[in-house]
Amino acid sequence: MKTIRIGSGAGYSDDRLEPALEIMEKGNVDYIVFECLAERTIAIAQQRKMKNPDEGYDKLLAYRMEQVLPLCSSEKVKVVTNMGAANPVAAAKLVKEIAEAQNMSGLKIAAVVGDDVFSEIDYYSDASLLENGRKINEIKSSIVSANAYIGAAGIAEALDNGADIVITGRASDPSLFLGPLIHEFGWSMDDAHLMGIGTMAGHLMECGAQVTGGYFADPGYKDVPELWNVGFPILEIDEEGELLISKLKTAGGMVSDSTVKEQLLYEIHDPANYLTPDVIADFSQAEVYQVEKSVVKVSGGSGKAKSGYLKTSIGYKEGYLAEGEISYGGAGSIERAELAREIISKRLELANVQIDEIRYDFIGQNSLYKDELADRSSAKEVRLRVAARAVEPEDAKAVTREVEALYTNGPAGGGGIRTSIKDIVSIGSILIPESQVSIKVFYSEVL
Amino acid sequence: MKLREIAHSRTGDKGNISNISLIVYQQEDYALVEEKVTADIVKEWFSETVHGDVIRYDLPKLGAFNFVMNDALGGGVTKSLAQDMHGKSLSSKLLDLEI
Repeated sequence: MKTIRIGSGAGYSDDRLEPALEIMEKGNVDYIVFECLAERTIAIAQQRKMKNPDEGYDKLLAYRMEQVLPLCSSEKVKVVTNMGAANPVAAAKLVKEIAEAQNMSGLKIAAVVGDDVFSEIDYYSDASLLENGRKINEIKSSIVSANAYIGAAGIAEALDNGADIVITGRASDPSLFLGPLIHEFGWSMDDAHLMGIGTMAGHLMECGAQVTGGYFADPGYKDVPELWNVGFPILEIDEEGELLISKLKTAGGMVSDSTVKEQLLYEIHDPANYLTPDVIADFSQAEVYQVEKSVVKVSGGSGKAKSGYLKTSIGYKEGYLAEGEISYGGAGSIERAELAREIISKRLELANVQIDEIRYDFIGQNSLYKDELADRSSAKEVRLRVAARAVEPEDAKAVTREVEALYTNGPAGGGGIRTSIKDIVSIGSILIPESQVSIKVFYSEVL
Repeated sequence: MKLREIAHSRTGDKGNISNISLIVYQQEDYALVEEKVTADIVKEWFSETVHGDVIRYDLPKLGAFNFVMNDALGGGVTKSLAQDMHGKSLSSKLLDLEI
C-alpha cells in the first residue's frame, strides 16, 4: 500500500523556519507545506500589490525559499504553499530567480491563480456580507480585496503536471495538504469520504506546532517537554486514508491524544459540517489513539458532497484604530488610572473628537474578561489602555495625543506610554458559485 | 471544583464568532461535564463579552464538547477594540468555571 509523508513548514505567516528545515533534513518527507495566510493577510498583501504590481506575496518568501530550495533538491521534497498571497505569479518568478541564483536545475514551479475575484466585484453588488448584512454596494469604495477560498484541484493539477513547487493565493488551508493526496493516490474529488479524511488530516496539520505541543502547555496540568524547541508535525497517510500524526524524535514538544483533540476542534463550528471548497467534512465521529510516544493515529473522518459555493473574503477599509497605554504603580495606582481615564474622556468630549467606539481597560485587572476591579489596596500596579476606532485619521491622532499628554498633564507617576495608530482592514464574506471561479495554473521552469 | 481540574480547552475565532473546545482528561468525567456545562451556563459565564447565541456540539468519542459563541468578539478580530481581539484567552476563563 502506498504511503506518503507530508511535513508542516509553517502554521502562520511569520512562523519559525528552523523546524521546517529540520523536517526536510531528517523527516523523510515527500512534501512540505507552508501555510502562511490568515483571513486578513491577503487584504494587506493586495494593498501592497496595488502599489507595486510585482509585489503582494508573502514577505518572508525569499528568506524561506533561499534555505528551502537546496533541501528540495538534496532531500527530494516538494513544496506546497499559499505564500503567493495576492500575487502567486510574482511569487513564482521570485522563486525561479532564487533557484537560478543557486544554479539549480530541473525545477518546475507552478502558480495557481483564480482566487482573486476583485475585478469582478461589481457582479456581486447586491450580495450581503454574511457577518453583518452590509451590501457590497454600500462598502464598494472601501473594498481593497476579494478572494475566494479555492480548493485542492489546482494544486493536484500542478503536481500531476510535474511541479516541484506549487504556489497559491487564497486556497483553503486544508486543501494545501489534500492536493498532494489527490495527486499521489489518484483520489477522486467526487469521493466525499476520502476528501473528508484528507481535509481532517490537513486541518490537523495546518497550524504547525499547534498539534505538537505548541499553544498547549499549562504547567502542572499539561506539561510539554522542551517547548522552546517544539517541532512541527509530520503526517503519514496511506491511500485508504489511514493516518498518523507525529514529529521528529529529536525535536521538542509532543503529539498526544490531547494535543490532537485540541487542534481537531480548533476554529471549527459544527464538527459534522466543516465547510471547505472541496467537501463538507465530518469530524464528529473522529477517534484518536496514541500508537507510541508522540505518534497518534486519527480515524473516523468522513465527509459529504461539497456545497458548490465558495466562501469569498472581502477586505474593506473601515477607519483607524488608535491605542495608547500608560502604567501606574504602588498604593493608589488604580485610582490614578481611573483619574487618567476621566481626563481622556473629558478632553475628547471637549475637543469634539469623532469616535465610533472607545474602550478603556485596566491591564492586570479587567482587560481580558471585563471583570470587576480587584481590591484597590492590593494592586501593585496597573496599566491603563485606551482603544478607539475613528473614521478620520485626525480623530485617531487626537486620542493618542491625549494619552501622550498624560505625562505632564495627568496624575502623578504615570509612565511607559506607548501609542499606535493602525489602518483597520475589516474582513467580511460572501458566498459565490464555484462556477464563477476559474482556476488556472501557470508554469515556469529552471532548466 | 474548577473545570480546569478535569478538562482542557482551546479557543478559535472566525470573524465575530468564537469557538471553545472543552475536552475531558478522563472519559469517566464526560457525563458530569455534559450535565453541568450546558450552553446556557456558558452563555451566562461569558455574559460580559458574548452577546449572541451559544451552541454546544457534543463529541462523545473524543470526550469533547465544542461551544460556538456568536457575536462574541467585539465585532470581529479586525475591528475589535479588545486587547485580545481573537478571544484567545477565553478558554482559560471557561476552565475557571466552578462545577
